Amino acid sequence: MAKVKGAIVINIERCKGCEVCVDVCPESVIAMNKNVNTKGYHYAMVTNEDCTGCTNCAVVCPDGVITVYRVKVPTEVV
Amino acid sequence: MAVITREDIIKPENLVYKRTSLLVDCALSYCPGCGHGTAHRMLMEVIEEMGIQSKTIGVAPVGCSVLAYEFLDIDVQQAAHGRAPALATAIKRLMPEKYVFTYQGDGDLAAIGTCETIHACNRGENFVIIFINNGIYGMTGGQMAPTTLPGMKASTCPYGRDTEIMGNPLKITELVATLPGTCYVTRQSVHTPGNVRKTKRALRKAFEYSYAKKGLSFVEIVSNCNSGWKMTPVQSNKWMEENMFPFFPLGDIKVPAAE
Repeated sequence: MAKVKGAIVINIERCKGCEVCVDVCPESVIAMNKNVNTKGYHYAMVTNEDCTGCTNCAVVCPDGVITVYRVKVPTEVV
Repeated sequence: MAVITREDIIKPENLVYKRTSLLVDCALSYCPGCGHGTAHRMLMEVIEEMGIQSKTIGVAPVGCSVLAYEFLDIDVQQAAHGRAPALATAIKRLMPEKYVFTYQGDGDLAAIGTCETIHACNRGENFVIIFINNGIYGMTGGQMAPTTLPGMKASTCPYGRDTEIMGNPLKITELVATLPGTCYVTRQSVHTPGNVRKTKRALRKAFEYSYAKKGLSFVEIVSNCNSGWKMTPVQSNKWMEENMFPFFPLGDIKVPAAE
């Protein structure tokens, strides 16, 4: 069975800090940064490596700031 | 086993989701967490998937989404307040080969534009109406709308909507479903990933049915207005689930008969 690993890229300047993506992430990958972007919003950031590339965050983001990448990682059969 | 780093994953061949290029690359004018942005993106994804960018004409309303023509990379005409279905009727009759849709809020569609909406639905014009229902006048400062729930607070009913004085909320979607001119009437929402995907499928069906001259397709999207409701976006989504959905239940209300 292959494991799936994902990664997200957040367009920090377009993020409005609504936190909807934080709520829908099943792996709790996303959190809000303490710092703000040039508009003054706390922007979303990636906090760990658990992303599976499910695209939930990107689909609900009202501003479409999240881009999702995903790869299949073959695990060795024991 | 080799360790896969973030840099190994972030490559063009591994891309699974990105903002569609049919949305103009600029910041949307909506409040943080507003459902309009998601609805815009789903609409443009459907147009991209169907490959109808050059064959689609939208009609923008008056309200929060008045600037839709700035964001949607298709032909868009701005209508007078509430008159979008009348304008879309003219566009569709003059150019029947185009895909035509209107994008309206509850103040535009269910208050000032009720007449145009009902008559366009009754005539069975072959275009799509996308109706964003957030139960409040968002742009002008959170006044009571026709769809404001009983007991819901707004700036013009600060103690909650009293149905004795202010009347009952208007279920315009159920109303137009009874008219013979509509072919597909559905109510969706865009607050969770599952609902967003359902909305996208509904929009695609709506465009296909209306283009096939089956009648008018009416897609209501129940959305949040966190600024108008005075809540955070996440709170407003929860409030919407608890209060809006019992009154405005999601799902298909009318579907075309199978051929």
